[in-house]
Amino acid sequence: MTRRTFRGKVLPAGLTIGPVTLWLVFFVAVPLLYALVMSVCSIDGSYNIVYRFTAENYRRLLDASYMQIYGQSIFIAFLTTIICIVLAYPFSFLIARAAGRKKALLYMLVIIPFWTNSLIRIYGWKTFLGTGGWLNEALLALHVINAPVDFLFTRAATVLGMVYCLFPFMVLPLYTSIEKLDGTLLEASADLGATRAATFARVVLPLTAGGIFSGSIMVFIPCLGYFFVSNILGGGNSDVIGNLIERQFGKGNNWPLGAALSIVLIAITLLLVKLYQRCGGDMESFGA
Amino acid sequence: MKRNTRAAAGRGVGILYCTLIYLFLFLPITVVVSNSFNASTSKPYLTWKGFTLAWYGRIFENGPLLESFGNTILLAVISTLLATVVGTLAAVGMYRYKFRGKSAIDALLYIPVVIPEIVLGISLLTLFANVRIQRGMISLILAHTTFSIPYVIFNVRARLDGYDSSIEEASMDLGAGRLQTFLHITLPVLAPGIGGGALLAFTLSLDDVIVSYFTNGQTMTFPLKVWASIKSGVAPDVNALSTLILLGTIALVVLTQSGIVKKKRG
Repeated sequence: MTRRTFRGKVLPAGLTIGPVTLWLVFFVAVPLLYALVMSVCSIDGSYNIVYRFTAENYRRLLDASYMQIYGQSIFIAFLTTIICIVLAYPFSFLIARAAGRKKALLYMLVIIPFWTNSLIRIYGWKTFLGTGGWLNEALLALHVINAPVDFLFTRAATVLGMVYCLFPFMVLPLYTSIEKLDGTLLEASADLGATRAATFARVVLPLTAGGIFSGSIMVFIPCLGYFFVSNILGGGNSDVIGNLIERQFGKGNNWPLGAALSIVLIAITLLLVKLYQRCGGDMESFGA
Repeated sequence: MKRNTRAAAGRGVGILYCTLIYLFLFLPITVVVSNSFNASTSKPYLTWKGFTLAWYGRIFENGPLLESFGNTILLAVISTLLATVVGTLAAVGMYRYKFRGKSAIDALLYIPVVIPEIVLGISLLTLFANVRIQRGMISLILAHTTFSIPYVIFNVRARLDGYDSSIEEASMDLGAGRLQTFLHITLPVLAPGIGGGALLAFTLSLDDVIVSYFTNGQTMTFPLKVWASIKSGVAPDVNALSTLILLGTIALVVLTQSGIVKKKRG
């Protein structure tokens, strides 16, 4: 290598790409591999990690009590995703088709609530839904109910919290895909005699399917891990996989088992992302 | 005529629908903001006992709360700076140079974005425990920088997509050095992307619960303080501080956005 190519190419390439490479290797690749190693270790009587291979954690992953929570977690994530699609699709359509300045404002109004800490907002829901909360007071005043009802600590409350936290992650990709939609295609379809329903089903829906796919990934996957939502609103009646992991790194103090549970989450994530790419999904839509 | 009324009705339904969605999005914030003005002094601070500004004064008497807030700001500023520098350099380098392992770096970048935060949190925890990086502000900074870097890169990369690199050649032809060209030509063009990425990194750090929960050691951030107090009922001074943070973030974004818009025009 000549001195010239070193100064001209290798040095600037190293200076720009070097830091990020080191960072990602040390703080993403190594920790994940480390968790993988830990998942086949065990603990001794005083909670120290014993570095000797064992498949025991993976065997325990198949316990019926855990299986029940995976099922519940996937059910909650599925329901949350469906509700988000149904609520966000018409909404994104309406704001993406609004006129110039108004559009930017409507879009901003979706983002602004998310600048308040997510725990505080979930706590806001807790006080709203609780027995002394606004919802009960309103329903009592309207004589819909005669005695306060506790809406908290139900699976429905957890799903509500999840939908609330993840709704913008559905709106953003939908908004982008709808905004890109070429209006003349809709006119062409109508001119050619298609009804509005037919235009929607055969033109609009296929062209915005990418947005629905990436939104679904961005809602479904975090939903499996958001332990704080089920903890605050579900009160232990609607645990997700995240709660299982959190417990092993907290009270349970069994890091190897917690690591094995995380591998379950990684496996589900990889599976869904592969499926997404197989369907022609674009990874770049996750970054926006 | 019939068509017009139908269109008007359709528009009415649309407006109603959007209003309901916005109500849903803003409802818990309304609860928090209104509770910050609630004069009620007994747990769980729910019943409305009249209007007061006292809780805003109480923030400044609550030492641990102030400290957690200070930690949150310090953490957000430092991790944003680190992520912005590393991310901007990376975006420029990946745009300009072809090298082996580029697709591997690309794949690694998506991991923190796609995997559930709890997985990143626990794997960083196991790393920090093993290499004896003391858990506290340092580990929090490392963790927050890690999840912020990809977002900075994606934002800068989006800006580079429409970038005409011939202006750099022009600059070098006119005798400017590589560094000079980078500082005076490349950086100003990328500024809106860098600014957008930094802003996103800052708000992500400010709001992070899950990754911090596993990597904080004894250091309290504001979200973790909220988490700790949620079981017993969040005190209204926490609501007051949340309201102030929301106002501060809105001000920050409005200021930077208008700055970015002006630069784009100029």
